[in-house]
Amino acid sequence: MAEKVARENRLFRWVDERLHIQTLVDYMSHKVVPQHSHSIWYYFGGISLFFFVVQVVTGILLLLYYRPGADSAYESVKFIIAEVSFGWLIRSIHSWSANLMILAAFIHMFSVFFTHAYRKPREMTWVTGIFLLALALAFGFSGYLLPWNELSFFATRVGTGMAGAIPGVGDFLMKLMRGGEDVTGATIGRFFGLHVAVLPGIFAVLLSLHLFFIQRQGMSEPLEWASNPQLQKYRPFFPNFIMRELLVWLIMLNLLAVLAVFFPDGIGVVHWPLGQKADPFAPPPPVIRPEWYFMFAFQALKVLPAHLFFIEGELAGIIILSAGGIVWTLIPFLAGKFSSGKKPALVIAFGWAVLAFIVILTILGYILE
Amino acid sequence: MDEIRDDRRNFLNWLIGGGLVAFLGSVFYPVYKYVIPPPSGEANVSQVKLPFKLKELQEDEKKSRIFKFGRNVGIILLTPENELKAFNAVCTHLDCTVQYRKDLSIIWCACHNGRYDLEGRNISGPPPRPLTVYTVHVDNATGDIFVAEAKG
Repeated sequence: MAEKVARENRLFRWVDERLHIQTLVDYMSHKVVPQHSHSIWYYFGGISLFFFVVQVVTGILLLLYYRPGADSAYESVKFIIAEVSFGWLIRSIHSWSANLMILAAFIHMFSVFFTHAYRKPREMTWVTGIFLLALALAFGFSGYLLPWNELSFFATRVGTGMAGAIPGVGDFLMKLMRGGEDVTGATIGRFFGLHVAVLPGIFAVLLSLHLFFIQRQGMSEPLEWASNPQLQKYRPFFPNFIMRELLVWLIMLNLLAVLAVFFPDGIGVVHWPLGQKADPFAPPPPVIRPEWYFMFAFQALKVLPAHLFFIEGELAGIIILSAGGIVWTLIPFLAGKFSSGKKPALVIAFGWAVLAFIVILTILGYILE
Repeated sequence: MDEIRDDRRNFLNWLIGGGLVAFLGSVFYPVYKYVIPPPSGEANVSQVKLPFKLKELQEDEKKSRIFKFGRNVGIILLTPENELKAFNAVCTHLDCTVQYRKDLSIIWCACHNGRYDLEGRNISGPPPRPLTVYTVHVDNATGDIFVAEAKG
């Protein structure tokens, strides 16, 4: 029906004669999404993508008024939230959407992990996804400094200082990130360039790959379908799934609007009041906290003893966390051979251990302050 | 029966379409308001006291100075007859800043070779209108120069 209408449409014909989009339409009309009790997890990648699009739009809007530099960064953010019409709203949406994007990405990642969707042939989709998450964290870290207020200044000092603990290259890395010996206006320049040019560029390429892989491979089907064909049930991607996805996005946009309007400075420990301008010579505020998604790593480094065997505690922590990250990235190659319908108990246990580690340390981080 | 259904279908279409338009409006209205910059906070002035004295201008090699006139840029010059003249320094052609050419006794715009006489009238080149004239007043006791918008 839709195909017939489309073929008769003059505009469609005009475009089709030049770009052969009929094949695309045919492809779309045959695309399906598996339908089962865990279908809900198919939406979280799209939710992360939606929040990323919001970040791009609000980020560009903030760029209209933001001026990097030690003498202007704080002042320009203050100007945005105090003088510009709806400036407070744009900043608030940018902050909320950043946090929700990371949250959605984490949920997306763990759901993929526990449903074994990373298994052959989707290994590279998983790997690009991990890189995308790393970039999202880098976005968060670099964006946090840009308002140049007390909180962001000391958080960046601590965060970049941690890189200094890495043997050999640590000092070089720290200087590279800080643009000098300490966090100064030069650091703002670097972080700004990273946040608005370098990271978006790399992110766009990886995101395109990630989405391209998904388009080519289709949605991953549950493990037990392979051995049990009568379970197989599908929903057309177009229009059924796309309409549902749009509805989810609409709900997310409304959630964003409600949160941004009623809690412009965030809620509880997830907050970003502008506060005082950074003063390198003032004592740090009583509580310096990383953002919640760095809390587990921060806390892990804090609870380690000063010396583990013969290496320094902090260094040992960095090694352990890095090793864990590498194993996590390579999971499809270490555990991806399971397509026989049996879930590998060991891998599932590992996943729960990682999740428990992150959740418990995050909670501890806030309790033990 | 069919008619009634059509009515309902129409009504629903209007309802959904209207809701969609209202929703999009509520999204784009803040964005539209946001991109319009707030007033710069700098008032439009009608008179300024220049940050230099008459003596400084007389000793100046170029016999002219550019000065800030509220949000605008002004030019003040000393004619060969020792008269003080002040104008809005923005060329009427394409908004470049004009300069005084002592050697030609004209006000000249370097961008497209526009020329004005010392009354600010456009005499050659692309400028379509004369420069806006400011009135100059000198306090003889202190040597302070005051520039004001011409009455009229």
